Amino acid sequence: MEWYLPVIWAGLIGTAVAMYVILDGFDLGIGILFPFTRKEAERDTMMNSVAPFWDGNETWLVLGGGGLWVAFPTAYAVIMPAFYLPVIGMLLGLVLRGVSFEFRWVAKPGHRLWDVAFAGGSIVAAFLQGTILGGLLQGVAVENRQYAGGPLDWLTPFSLFVGLAVVAGYALLGATWLVMRTSGPTADFARRAASPLLVAVLAAMAVVSLWTPVAVERIAERWFGTPNIYFLWPVPLLAALTGFATWHWLRSGRHGLPFAGAIVLFLLGYAGLVISNVPYLVPPTLTFWDTAAAPASQVFFLVGTVFLLPLVLGYTAFVYWVFRGKMAEGEGYH
Amino acid sequence: MELDPVLLARIQFAFTISFHIIFPAFTIGLSAFIAVLMLLWRWSGQEKFRTLARFWTKIFAVSFAMGVVSGIVLSYQFGTNWSRFSEFSGNVIGPLIGYEVLTAFYLEATFLGIMLFGWNRFPAWLVTLSTVLVAIGTAISAFWILSANSWMQTPAGYEIKDGVAHPLDWMAIVFNPSFPYRFAHMVNAAYLTTAVVVLAVGARYRLPSRPPGENRPQLRMAVGMIATSAPAQLFIGDAHGLNTREPQPAKVAAMEGHWDSDEPGALVLFGIPDEASRSNRLELAVPNLGGLILTHEWGGKYPGLDTVPDDELPPVANVFFAFRIMVGIGLALIAVGLAGLLLWWRGKLFEARWFLLPASWAWPLGFVAIIAGWFVTEQGRQPWLVYGLLKTMDGISPVPGASVAGTLALFVFVYGIVFAMGIYYINRLINAGPKGEAAAAPAGVPSRPLSAAEEAAREATGRPRGEGPGPSFGKPEG
Repeated sequence: MEWYLPVIWAGLIGTAVAMYVILDGFDLGIGILFPFTRKEAERDTMMNSVAPFWDGNETWLVLGGGGLWVAFPTAYAVIMPAFYLPVIGMLLGLVLRGVSFEFRWVAKPGHRLWDVAFAGGSIVAAFLQGTILGGLLQGVAVENRQYAGGPLDWLTPFSLFVGLAVVAGYALLGATWLVMRTSGPTADFARRAASPLLVAVLAAMAVVSLWTPVAVERIAERWFGTPNIYFLWPVPLLAALTGFATWHWLRSGRHGLPFAGAIVLFLLGYAGLVISNVPYLVPPTLTFWDTAAAPASQVFFLVGTVFLLPLVLGYTAFVYWVFRGKMAEGEGYH
Repeated sequence: MELDPVLLARIQFAFTISFHIIFPAFTIGLSAFIAVLMLLWRWSGQEKFRTLARFWTKIFAVSFAMGVVSGIVLSYQFGTNWSRFSEFSGNVIGPLIGYEVLTAFYLEATFLGIMLFGWNRFPAWLVTLSTVLVAIGTAISAFWILSANSWMQTPAGYEIKDGVAHPLDWMAIVFNPSFPYRFAHMVNAAYLTTAVVVLAVGARYRLPSRPPGENRPQLRMAVGMIATSAPAQLFIGDAHGLNTREPQPAKVAAMEGHWDSDEPGALVLFGIPDEASRSNRLELAVPNLGGLILTHEWGGKYPGLDTVPDDELPPVANVFFAFRIMVGIGLALIAVGLAGLLLWWRGKLFEARWFLLPASWAWPLGFVAIIAGWFVTEQGRQPWLVYGLLKTMDGISPVPGASVAGTLALFVFVYGIVFAMGIYYINRLINAGPKGEAAAAPAGVPSRPLSAAEEAAREATGRPRGEGPGPSFGKPEG
């Protein structure tokens, strides 16, 4: 049937996933950075800097997963069982860190448990999201449009490496967010943390960029075959330039630009993964078209999405706008 | 040891969704209550409404967080545990879930931030508007998810092609035959359940050992709400039961413990349904009354469990007992509403200890009834996952039983901690109550206001809030 509907939906879900990775990325990053400061006041400020946003940020994960079910039910039905253990582990991590946003305050002064839950849940969620990504990149065993592998197929050195890379990446987003949104000791701490994280992220991106084409021939062809290579070489170059600029902005005391730089780095990395795998949703077998929902279903949801997505982006922009600006040290939202 | 993946997947889903439903049921009702309090405050200018709204907002914050995180789990569990079901029904109910996310979740999440953190930052109208939008968001969410569930009970507007459901008529899918009844029944249950919690909290503050709060309006509102929504629930439930009789005769027969189609249905007050002998043991029943309720006709007959083949029999005893728990609580709440109304009328609502003491312990009743009601409708649908189209055993994921068992243990562990601590913290907030300002901050305790919950924490631990325009307390009305 209409070949373009699945493409539109792949674009929309890709956008939702990108929104999720950036938005929940920085607030998961706050949790990842939690163990690196022991001062309660700094932890309070860090948590407060994302408190009004985290729920909306995490809704993009529901839209990404729900959208996958709506638009590509077969892909959803293959990916979820294939990554059964890491998906459920990630969800439990998100449960623990999500409730910590409220429990930590209510529990004070006995809030240590929720410091641990917030940091641990964030790290576990980020790490497992990375391993799921790594597992998808290395490919999923499919027979008769169903998952045909074992419960631990995803568990390889590569997927674990991608897991660590995502932890570092989210921590970088979180640190640069804090540089932008806070001041005083919290901002100083974040700025100190951001530089080594930036180096780690750039190194991880380089490793993944080399590892995937070496391990997967399809990806090597995509990047290095002609004529693709003539169009694609700017992608890694842009990433390197962005990394260099972000380093400079961190060193020269800029407030907002390091966060912008980290976002661009994420988007470039994301673009790289998309280039490597398009049009596969479940590499290396199932494409957008193989897994698409009935056109009537895709159209029914698309009609609403055309009106609702701008509204949703409007609310999102609204809430970031009303809570804009730097927080004073110790300031909260009361 | 052989682990049955179907049974384990069912237990896991039953566990996570039973845990989850507590919080949306409460937050649907509580957000509406908070919105009404805010509107009353704007309209009347009386600070007591604002004080109450703020107090309940803190409890809402903790409950909503638990609802959100346990809800995200469910949106992925369709795929992790029920992948064949996801593929079978994705074309039809996937978009309903998608619309829930787009129309409800973002609305709730965005305006929740303003509702929780905007009190001293934004104008009162914006905070009030946010509470109203959050309340609307929770109701919209209920609309879509109940539509999806109802489609699984009474599928409509579809055709089966290549082994999966395809949509034919979206209006017929969304407004499938059982949806209007289920939606009314559940939303009313949420309001009723929340009213019982408000009543219990209000009653606690009236007992001599507790400090008086800004309490009279909430006790009156709770009694008024219970006195209207509990009887309403009886009528909605009756209509829902009649509506179920036709499409799901086995469920209704199991609810009633009705085995013999040739007999006019009796109302079984007690009995132990025995699937082996296909009869009730120790039965105590009122002849004809069950038939009257289900057909609205004396001596009315309706299909019994004898029409259901063995392999399509739902777990009769579970459905039978869960139904009695739900109805028993419903009847008890009607009595509570009437008693409260009578006391109010006689001017004794705030003094009648015989009423307030049991009422203060009544808060779990609505939740128990809701979970029992879901047990009735979900187990009564067995062995079908999508009624008449897909059996539960054919809907699961190709995942080994050990994976499901291991993650089930993790769910029990994590949810156990979260639930126990959540209840403990909410109880602390309630004990602290919407009470007056305390003395100056002890040394070493930061006095700046930080978050909704932090302020709540100070109250819960007896510490004062920071400076700034705090809510006006005092004026105890007792």
